[in-house]
Amino acid sequence: MSEVNSVEKMELKVKDIIQKYGSDRGFVVPILQDVQKEFNYLPKEALNAVSSHLDVAISRIFEVATFYKAFSLTPRGRHQLSLCVGTACYVRGAPLIESNIERVLDLRPGKTSPDLEFSFDTVNCLGSCALGPILVVDGEYQGQMTVSKTNKVLKKLGKKVKTDEN
Amino acid sequence: MKIKSFKELKSLREKISNSRDPEKNCITICAGTGCLAYGAQSLVNKFKAEIEKDNLEEEIDIRSTGCHGFCEQGPVVVIYPEKVFYRRVGLDDAAEVIHKTVLNGEILDRLLYTDPSSGEKIIHEDDVPFYKKQMRLVFGMNGQIDPKSLEDYLAIGGYSALAKVLNGMEPGAVIEEVKKANLRGRGGGGFSAGWKWESTRKAKGDPKYVICNADEGDPGAYMDRSLLEGNPHSILEGMMIGAYAIGSNEGYIYVRNEYPLAVKNVTIAIEKGRELGVLGEDILDSGFSFDIKVNRGGGAFVCGESSALFASLEGRTGEPRAKYIHATDRGLNNKPTNLNNVETWANVPLIINKGAEWYQSIGTENSKGTKIFSLVGKINNTGLVEIPMGMTLREIIEDIGGGTPKGGKFKAVQTGGPSGGCIPEQFLDMPIDFDALTKVGSMMGSGGMIVMDDRTCMVDVARYFLKFLEGESCGKCVPCREGVRRMREILDDICEGRGREGDVEILESISHALIDGSLCALGATAPNPVLSTIKYFREEYSAHIQEKKCPAGVCKELIRYKIDEENCNGCGVCARLCPAECISGEKKQPHVIDQEKCIKCGSCRESCKFDAVIVE
Repeated sequence: MSEVNSVEKMELKVKDIIQKYGSDRGFVVPILQDVQKEFNYLPKEALNAVSSHLDVAISRIFEVATFYKAFSLTPRGRHQLSLCVGTACYVRGAPLIESNIERVLDLRPGKTSPDLEFSFDTVNCLGSCALGPILVVDGEYQGQMTVSKTNKVLKKLGKKVKTDEN
Repeated sequence: MKIKSFKELKSLREKISNSRDPEKNCITICAGTGCLAYGAQSLVNKFKAEIEKDNLEEEIDIRSTGCHGFCEQGPVVVIYPEKVFYRRVGLDDAAEVIHKTVLNGEILDRLLYTDPSSGEKIIHEDDVPFYKKQMRLVFGMNGQIDPKSLEDYLAIGGYSALAKVLNGMEPGAVIEEVKKANLRGRGGGGFSAGWKWESTRKAKGDPKYVICNADEGDPGAYMDRSLLEGNPHSILEGMMIGAYAIGSNEGYIYVRNEYPLAVKNVTIAIEKGRELGVLGEDILDSGFSFDIKVNRGGGAFVCGESSALFASLEGRTGEPRAKYIHATDRGLNNKPTNLNNVETWANVPLIINKGAEWYQSIGTENSKGTKIFSLVGKINNTGLVEIPMGMTLREIIEDIGGGTPKGGKFKAVQTGGPSGGCIPEQFLDMPIDFDALTKVGSMMGSGGMIVMDDRTCMVDVARYFLKFLEGESCGKCVPCREGVRRMREILDDICEGRGREGDVEILESISHALIDGSLCALGATAPNPVLSTIKYFREEYSAHIQEKKCPAGVCKELIRYKIDEENCNGCGVCARLCPAECISGEKKQPHVIDQEKCIKCGSCRESCKFDAVIVE
């Protein structure tokens, strides 16, 4: 598949998404969300396509894409870990889990590993406080997390960590 | 099928009610986000499969409902008509529940809830202490309906308030009723909803907008999510009534993208409402038209602030503006806009149906009705609780919440999210309402109630909120952008052992600059967590600054992990797990931690079954 071809395909996809929202400029945020879901991040070409099809200046699109926490302008990892650090999870020990994941993955929250295997984020509250601390692993909620449970998760995803299983 | 008149709506409701036998067995399974995370969806499927397998469809109904509130005990199952309450129900229990309990009336002991204070097993939902003291006017319907079913909503009287309003109530009379009920905004500010509606109605401009604020950003609060997920039609109905009173035909629901199930359920509800004809053009032949669009946020806390929310809805970055002109005059697209929170809207149909006088009879002098709180943190019964205004904190925390988990001692309760404060034990007997909470330096906020015990460091909590706000400050105004950061830096210093004499005074002085100088409430209320912890827990600040100690054992730089020789039996689990390999000792002999190498990850303390790892 040639480069030109893939850009064209991307543009068609973006066009579809925009049409779903009736080309309403008020829906820039949800549109970008859908675009990100499609491509796993916001590629420059896709942002250009959003700009031209919605007739909104690229600077404005870029402003929105960099303001909101949900958007990423760089590709995200194959595995995505989001740790809830809402108040309830925080007082139940999320900070220890955060530094543990940071240490094992060698990743600061918000970053993606250079080999594109892992992205690690913290989120402010998932509203499932009864399960806290919560780690979302590739979209699946894992509740009542502890440092050792986190290590088991990371081991399953191919990281070398000590767990009480060995 | 589209209904075109009040009569048709009424006869449809009667038809649905008549077709339902209240005595028929019905298994309701909570499928809110909390229970889903415990595997409720596969449980629903399992029950369905079992019923199908034994051809019991005639005898047993099954319903997956919204959040019941008692998230701690999920997955939660309630069996009607007796309202038998089962918790932590697993896939293997399904067949037995059907054959023994539903068909034979036999109670399965192992699935019952045990009251931790009396040790007594409880059979019926209404007798569970967690529910007993609640007054679940707004939230109680969640457990009775499938949020995806408009029929279910109609069966419990849904859209009757809308019909009442459209069929003979003047818009002015609707506003009067809401004003008389003294409904105050549940999103945090506590502003009178009726006054807001009236101002928007009187404002010049066309179109006028009605918006539901579901950008529930306060960490630790999730009642709006559960309402949208569990009973979306009640919010739509509230918005429709508001729109009619205000004279608006266009509505928006602005919801956090972190709440996918809420987005899904409310979108389905809107579609079904349009199909039935309670939403759209010329609703029930009344001449009133109204439609709602759902817009999702982008993960910015500040977008819960009205003017930032409008900016986001206009497709821009969510930056607030100064509010010398009210949103009721110029809000979204510079048109008159009425913004209310999810829970506020959900109260509206109740007020219309039961009347302002009834509503007035609940609550305190200036705060009427109920409020839903999310009771979370260091508490036994985590969940959503709806109580009449005026209940004391102690009743909520001890009677409903069951107190703090074993081993911990209650220290404070934090309300109002990052804009609120920490309330110490001495105020536990205070009846809570909007004004009482403000008086002690906190606020109602959207209703998060985070319980903290003696293992929670109050200085660290203050730092946590400032770190949160630093990340969420939009950066438009200087006091908030710079002030919050400087305060966080000072708190970092204090927590990391670099605190200096005078730091607390500097924190106080910056706080006042923020309160006076910030553009929006995010900055103006940002100092609350700091000021309230300084006020009530000053000795903890002093311990950090002067003694370089963290009494709660939280701040990494100020603590050491140590193994208690008496309790350590040398099992070696901690040494095996320690990532820094800094624990050593002979088999069956007390171990020691090499303080030089320890990275304070907490693995040892967590893994020790004998509580031999202590923090000092």
